[in-house]
Amino acid sequence: MNYLLVGIAGIIGALLRYLVGIYFGHWWFHDFPLATFIINMVGSFLLGWFTNLLPRFRLHPHVITALTTGLIGSFTTFSTFSVETVQLISTDKWGTALLYVLLSLWGGLLFSWIGYRAGLKESRGVNEC
Amino acid sequence: MLINIAWVAMGGFFGAISRFGISNWIKAKYPSTFPFATLFVNLLGSFLLGLIFGANLETTWKLLLGTGFMGAFTTFSTFKLENIQLFKKRKSKAASLYLAISYTCGILLAFLGILIGGL
Repeated sequence: MNYLLVGIAGIIGALLRYLVGIYFGHWWFHDFPLATFIINMVGSFLLGWFTNLLPRFRLHPHVITALTTGLIGSFTTFSTFSVETVQLISTDKWGTALLYVLLSLWGGLLFSWIGYRAGLKESRGVNEC
Repeated sequence: MLINIAWVAMGGFFGAISRFGISNWIKAKYPSTFPFATLFVNLLGSFLLGLIFGANLETTWKLLLGTGFMGAFTTFSTFKLENIQLFKKRKSKAASLYLAISYTCGILLAFLGILIGGL
């Protein structure tokens, strides 16, 4: 059951990522892989947030795993990031590649941390009620 | 368009389940505070996605195996959250190592994958 829920949530996560990619493809024509970058930043924030927030609600542990590991885990992607970086380097766009790596590295940590903190605050609020 | 969505969905389903299964297996077999499971999944996925891109497969296969499966199999958000959790536990050395290995090896393996896939 746990595996099935993670798989179903994985479908939603992968489709959202695919659709965001198509949407960005319509108007973003620069070398910087903005779609993957935004997906990874938003996902890092959401996972940090959910990790502290969701256990406060009376959700079944399997539902929490599906929402975190399944949905957000599949929405964000590391492999696409790696391949996009190699593609930038192999077309001699070293500056953009470096910017992409550094922004993903520090931005991801920052958004994950902000989400993590936001979840703590929210859960404190729920406790007080 | 609709059939493309179906390919991505199918890949996403199996990609997420595979990540969950392999992570659970590694965590049970080699219990550690260091996130070996996510590291393994992300490095393997970077290599395999490189292979898929290098082989220049048809759109159908790219959507099923690349965007769907490998996209869902690897994860950026869990990787970052694990870093935050390592910093919280004052294991900043392990966190720095985790970041350094993920980025350098991830990019190198993707490069290697593209190279081999293009042969």
